[in-house]
Order: sequence, then structure tokens, then C-alpha cells
Amino acid sequence: MKILVCIKQVPDMESKFKVNSEGNWYDSGDLAWRMNEYDEYAVEQAVQLKEQEGDTDVTVLCIGPARVKETMKKALAMGCDRGVHVDDEDSAGRDPLEIAAVIAEYARGKSFDLIFTGMQSQDRASGQVGVLVAEMLDFACVTTVVDFSFENGELQVKRELEGGVKARVKASLPALVTCQLGLNTPRYPTLPNIMKAKKKELLSTPVADLLKVEGRQETASMYFPEKKGGGLVLEGDVADLADQLIKILKDKTGVLA
Amino acid sequence: MKTLLVAEYRDGKLLGSTNELIAFAEKTGGESAMFLVGTESAMPAFAGKLYLAEAAEHGEYNPSVHRDLLLQVVEREQPDVVVFSHSSYGWDLAPRLAYAMGAAQISEVIDIVDSMPVVPVCNAKLRRNVKVNTDKAVYTLQAGAFSPDQEPSGTPEIEKIRTDIDGKIIFEGYEAAESGGVDLGKSDIIVSAGRGIGKPENVEMIAALAKALKGEYGASRPVVDAEWVEHNRQVGTTGQTVSPKLYVACGISGAIQHLAGMKKSDFVVAINTDKDAPIGEVADVLVVADLKQFVPALTEKVNSL
Repeated sequence: MKILVCIKQVPDMESKFKVNSEGNWYDSGDLAWRMNEYDEYAVEQAVQLKEQEGDTDVTVLCIGPARVKETMKKALAMGCDRGVHVDDEDSAGRDPLEIAAVIAEYARGKSFDLIFTGMQSQDRASGQVGVLVAEMLDFACVTTVVDFSFENGELQVKRELEGGVKARVKASLPALVTCQLGLNTPRYPTLPNIMKAKKKELLSTPVADLLKVEGRQETASMYFPEKKGGGLVLEGDVADLADQLIKILKDKTGVLA
Repeated sequence: MKTLLVAEYRDGKLLGSTNELIAFAEKTGGESAMFLVGTESAMPAFAGKLYLAEAAEHGEYNPSVHRDLLLQVVEREQPDVVVFSHSSYGWDLAPRLAYAMGAAQISEVIDIVDSMPVVPVCNAKLRRNVKVNTDKAVYTLQAGAFSPDQEPSGTPEIEKIRTDIDGKIIFEGYEAAESGGVDLGKSDIIVSAGRGIGKPENVEMIAALAKALKGEYGASRPVVDAEWVEHNRQVGTTGQTVSPKLYVACGISGAIQHLAGMKKSDFVVAINTDKDAPIGEVADVLVVADLKQFVPALTEKVNSL
């Protein structure tokens, strides 16, 4: 079986963000980078399937500047077999169609049976790339998956809907699955596996070789939302804060009255 | 601007988010038509043309079939923008339609400013205005971003449509949400735990504060995914939507999905070490403190009142 996992490197969402000098994206300086949380579930599911099926090759693909290779090494340490780094200094500005087209162009003709992606990225959060890749490759596609099994050559998955309801869906290969949080428990790479990952293949390809479409949208401006104001901010000694809050609750709500 | 609104139907019912699509069309002005894979006995209050495909024949979830049906309507109506809810149905179907139309898709639109869609970035910490470079576009709307001023009214003019194409997946049915346990919707006071509680043992202190305030405790998604708290206490789009008199968010950063589940609360207190956390946007009071010290201190004082 041949599996492709597509991951993205994103800033830690707790970071202090700044808008860049062009005013059209966040500044990439002074940020801690990590694997997009949704993609950790995608990598884990791919590796679990490899462990279940045996004789399976898992390729992890990531688009971005050289620094994304650090995130790819984590995926390799989690159990992916080889890495394809699409070298792109301008990946942050690319729209979902361009990103999907690069992935589809790479995957075309390589007879992947299954592609895993996160359901969205934590920064851009368009939720489009996985579905677009599937459309471009004419794969079956199920999004927002929270339960996955593969038996007798068939996928049996559950999609998460609103209000905790799930939809049971079956699909045949080739297929693409977009992974929702909670699908599995992503493993922590062990030290021996981190060492082993260093010897795994990690090749870089220039994005120009794979990008053959034009984007359909761009960011006109990026900015911080206006603070609504009105909310009271309390800081200081914990005991004082508790007294202040109790007084506010008594005055402003029916609670504790 | 001419819009085509894609209404949603599930398990025999039209979904309430349909009204938000109508509110969007009213805000942007111009003509609008509607598309629904559903049934004639569950019609929206919409005074306009409605293209209806029978769910019994085409499936409630069958993306490539629904895409084909939508393409027929797009061909007929030539809308400028096709509008979905940013929901499990919308974010699944919209990219397929956008790709087939050769249109840009803008996900999770919260507003329109200078004719440009506005969307959140980085967990709503930032926003961006999007310039669309195609003639037609597909939008998905964030839940709750567009609300009607008054209940929509009217009766649609129905035109039935159908297709013979086969889908690529098989939808086998729904699985109900885990039930039993707690109905947070009935509680006047909810104290919720977020990722900021740090470890499962700290759920105890959140539960103790909830008890002291005579309420229930809830949790945000990461805490439920980590299995520190059971799913039936989850607040947010994939859990319960609540509107208590008092909501206390402990160590919850305020992801959009969580805010959607609690922002109608009468009074919101947030306890967070990060002053800039998005939860501050909806909080009446933001206590900047380490919850591991503050919550026990508050509980003790409330208990001794």
C-alpha cells in the first residue's frame, strides 16, 4: 500500500503575532514553529495503518521554506518512511488552490492508495486543500474524520457533524481523508526513532517544478480585530482578585445573591 | 450581487443555519435563489426561487452528487456568489463546487467590508480581508456571524431538480451524540475547563468551583479530546451550545468553535494568564491570573460566604 500524508508547519498559536511590513500576513520572525495540530492526527493514522497492513510505504509531504524540514523530521520520527520537501519561500501567500495543485501534481501518477491531511490548518484554516487535492486526482474524499478503520480494502470512517452527531461513511480506494482533532492519540517520537529518522530520505524539490496554476485569491490586508472594550480586566493579588470578582458577581449577576 | 444560498437538511429537518444565509443575502443586497437537497415537507421561510433535489433520491450526504446538482443550478442562475454555512456539510461541499466552477472559495466569512470578505486567521487572533480574483466566488459563513434582524418569512417557489450520477462514497447513517449524564443547557451557571488547566487532576478544582457556585462544570474541546472530561460536558459547535446566566471560562483561549457554543451567556468571566486571548473578546470580566492559584482561592471564599 502507498500512503501520502500532507502536513503543514504553523506557528504556535499562543505566539505574540505581528503583522508583516507589507500588511498582508503575519510576520514570520520570532515565532515558534510546530506541526499543524490536525496533521499530527493524519500522520498518526497513516502510521497506524502501516502497522496494521505491513508492506506499506508512507511518504510525508510539506511545502515551505527550509525550516519546515524540522517539522518533517518529527513526522519521520513518528514513523513515516520518506519525506518530500517542496521548497517554497512564498508558501504563506499561496492560496488553497495553489497548495492543492502542488500536492496533486506531485502525487499524480505515483499510485497512492490513500492520502491523509488535516481537516484544516491552524493559521489559515480554509479547510480546502485536502478536498481540492481529491477533486484534482479524482479520489473519493471524506472530511472531518474522527473514527477510521480499513478492512477488506475498504474505508469505514465516521465524520463529525455539529452537536456531537456522527455520520458513518464507506469509501473505496483511492481515497483522501481529512483528519479532525481527537481521531487518535498522536504518538510522541521516541529517542531511538528520532535517531532513525535522521537516516530517512528527505528530498527537496523546488516549488516551480510542481506549481502550474495561478491563485484565485489574495490577502488584501491583515490586521488585529478591534477590541470590543467594555470587558473589565482584573490583575493583581489572587486573594484580592477573588474578593473583587465575588463583589462583581453579586452586583451584576443573580449569582451569589 | 446575486447569491445562491445552499441550505442544509439533516435527518428529516431543515437546519436553522438557513436563516443566516438569508441574513447574509439581505445584508449584501440583490437577488437570491436557494438550493436544497431535502424534502418538500421541510421548507425554509424564503420568498424566492428554491431548487429542490429530493434527499431520499440523492442522499443527505453525497458530495459529488450534490456538487453535480449545484452545478446545474449555477448554470441556470449564474450567481455571483454561492453561499454555504461553514459547517460539516458546507466545508465538505464548497471546495468541490468551487473547483468545478473555477471559482475562488473564501472560508469562514465573518463580515463584508469594502465588498471584500473578512475571515479570521490564527484562531481569530488576526483577521484578513480577501481580494477575490475570479468572476464568481464561493463563500462559507461562520456560524452566528450573520443573523437575521427578524424571522424570515415567505414561501419559496419550488423547482425540482435531479441527477443520475453516482456518488463516490456511501453514507450509511447517523450515530447520535453520546447522551445521558449532563444537560449543560439546563444549568444557569457553568464553569468550564480549557487546555490551560494543564493536567487531568485539575479538573477536580474546576468541578469544585462549579459546585460552590451551584452550577455544572463543562470543558472545551482539547480537554475532551485528551479524555480528561467526558464528551457530554463539551461546550462548542461539536458539543453543547449553552446560554447560562454565568459562564466561567478557566484556561480557555477562546477558539471560534468554543465561542460559538457559549457567547450567548448573560455574563462571562474568563480566567487566563494571557491578556490577549480571544476569550477576552466575549468576557465581561477577564481575570489575569494563574487559574491553579485563583480558582481554589475563589472556591474557598465562595464556600465561606
